[in-house]
Amino acid sequence: MSKPAAIVGQIILYGAFAVFIGYFATFPRYRQIPDDAALIKLSMSHLGDRECRKRTAEELEKMPRNMRAPLECPRERSDIKLEVDLDGEKLFSTVMHPTGLSKDGVSTIYKRFELKAGSYRLTVRMNDNLIKPGFNYIKEEQVTLKPGRVLVIDFNPDKGGLFFRQ
Amino acid sequence: MSFHASLRNNAQTIFQHAEEFFDVSFGGSGNPLRHLGAMGLYFLWIVVGSGLYLYTVLDTSINGVYSSISDLSREPWYLGGILRSLHRYAADAFILVMALHLVREWAYGRYFGFRFYSWVTGVPILWLSYVSGISGYWIVWDQLAQFSATASTELLDWLPIFSEPAARNFLSPDSLNDRFFTMLMFIHLGIPLMLILGLWAHVHRISRVDYLPSRQVMLGTLGTLLLLALIKPALSDAPANLALSPTQVRLDWFMLFIHPMTDITSPAMVWMMLFAATALLFILPFLPHPNAEPIAEVDAANCNGCSRCLADCPYAAITMGPHPGRPGYRIAIVAADLCAGCGICAGSCPSSTPFRKQERLLTGIDMPQQTVNDLRQQLEEQLAQLEGRTRIVVFGCNRAANARLLAAPDTAVISLLCTGALPPAFVEYALRGGADGVMLASCRSGGCDYRLGERWTAERLSGQREPHLRSKVPLARLHHVFASVNDNKLLAEALHEFRKKIEIQGLTDDPLQPYYRRNSHHV
Ligand code: HEM
Ligand code: SF4
Ligand code: SF4
Repeated sequence: MSKPAAIVGQIILYGAFAVFIGYFATFPRYRQIPDDAALIKLSMSHLGDRECRKRTAEELEKMPRNMRAPLECPRERSDIKLEVDLDGEKLFSTVMHPTGLSKDGVSTIYKRFELKAGSYRLTVRMNDNLIKPGFNYIKEEQVTLKPGRVLVIDFNPDKGGLFFRQ
Repeated sequence: MSFHASLRNNAQTIFQHAEEFFDVSFGGSGNPLRHLGAMGLYFLWIVVGSGLYLYTVLDTSINGVYSSISDLSREPWYLGGILRSLHRYAADAFILVMALHLVREWAYGRYFGFRFYSWVTGVPILWLSYVSGISGYWIVWDQLAQFSATASTELLDWLPIFSEPAARNFLSPDSLNDRFFTMLMFIHLGIPLMLILGLWAHVHRISRVDYLPSRQVMLGTLGTLLLLALIKPALSDAPANLALSPTQVRLDWFMLFIHPMTDITSPAMVWMMLFAATALLFILPFLPHPNAEPIAEVDAANCNGCSRCLADCPYAAITMGPHPGRPGYRIAIVAADLCAGCGICAGSCPSSTPFRKQERLLTGIDMPQQTVNDLRQQLEEQLAQLEGRTRIVVFGCNRAANARLLAAPDTAVISLLCTGALPPAFVEYALRGGADGVMLASCRSGGCDYRLGERWTAERLSGQREPHLRSKVPLARLHHVFASVNDNKLLAEALHEFRKKIEIQGLTDDPLQPYYRRNSHHV
């Protein structure tokens, strides 16, 4: 093959390379959720409760002075029960287990829900001490999910327990 | 044939044709497809160079990081913007070339035996490349970064690594802090450093590593990337906002294809595929494969320690040690696990000359499956049988075009392990033993299965490399053809042309004296 023809060939091949790289570097566009969708992210990291027993006076008397804690607590933490309803219907429910070999760590969850934007009645119930029945934390609110926005369901005892953040 | 073998053969055929198509424009030594490893290293240096500049302007605070990068594409666009684009596109090209290199090595069956080490050290490079690449996209901290960071941590959280879900870090704007970007930079600089170390290990066991593509290709490639950077500069999406979920992102499919893959399937599925693919790559060398070639053997009595074999061995399989018989001399030592059995060392050894009088030709380093003595014997027998007006000896290669197809009463054919296994003196020996011409048929340039065979052959014949072909040998009687397995027709045509050329030139000006080692057997 003559030199000019080889150069033309090279230009074509370099061009094809550039087009290939340039195209797939941004195309096709990726759409993770449709335009009219919103997200709910349910995520928390919380130490479950545990059942402590008050030590009696005699018991405390028998213990070395520096170890006289009034409460006797097991290391193990309770599972945490969690339910999420949307307009009165169940969206999600789970039981979170404590982490750690002796089950003394936090229970965590991270879950993403894709919903059509709109207004919903959002109810979250949580029980972090399963020895007791029912739910000790409940949060219910009419929320408006705007397209492309994220609503976070989180838990923070310092912020009064369950809360929504948009 | 097993499913794997036939898949591999098909892939090999596709590669061969693509390479030969590229040869037309690039020639063998420039052909990027034949030098994918070198292309990969070249792209990596572009990435490193442009990355160092980007690092100097980066502000790793949470408020500054976005604008410190997105502003690059505006002010001084000709420096920052171009370097940024170059960084991105060279990284994409690196991934592309790496994938092609892997598939090509697999297609040519280069993953077992003496190549085990190169193959296995290649696998972690895949993971390191992807971790570096993906983390790079996070630094931009635009919507794509946010999407990738969230999707990646969601994926990671499926593995029992973190006690708290890592994706919690991207829940809302206030869950992030500057530390995140400092850590990110640590990853994005640290992992590539490991990558470079990994690559050093990857090529550690071969000699004369193809570190860079040809100058022309380097310039052409850089020019192409620069042009791409000008036409389509790398830009940031809108700034990340963790309160929003980006609906549409400009995904880089080379690096981030894993996110759509997770959306279509599930994290469990993606991890299974990634681990299965990695395990498969590691297991591949242990699957049934052709037996290894017998390895080179050194004969102490005929080795004078010149170390030419060491210089020519493509796989760094030879070292020199003290000679057992001759004090003060050295001897070649072959490492069995590195030796490819190519015979290139036998072709380089000065003791391999067929003009030696010994009844049985013994040389310093030889191949048991095709000794230089076998070669000489075969050549002598075939020369004795040649007849016709123009008698030609063809030395072919088992792995290139099939020279055996050319065998005819006036054409003797000897197929070698590699043309690099031919001691150049055999050319002269053939001519002085009655041949009118000698044709050598190597792989195409850059296409030698043993990396360097066709290159050493060409350099030895042209006197650029020891052992030389003696300058007395008239070059008009020698023809070196480069022909791959798909080039049987080309080879036949080359022989025809060569014969015609010799016939037209006439046979008068021949300064070579006939030489017959055992006159009684011939004439
Ligand atoms: C982008 C990352 C990589 C780069 C830059 C790279 C670079 C190279 C280079 C420069 C060579 C030497 C080529 C020569 O001198 O003939 C080589 C050889 C090789 N590479 Fe890679 N490599 C990469 C990834 C991989 C991967 C992922 C694999 C497969 C798992 C792999 C498998 C091999 C094999 C088997 C050889 C030996 C070829 C032979 O002995 O003929 N490489 N690589
Ligand atoms: S046969 Fe090839 S790989 Fe083995 S020692 Fe000789 S040149 Fe090196
Ligand atoms: S080329 Fe031959 S003589 Fe020289 S070191 Fe190697 S085996 Fe010995």
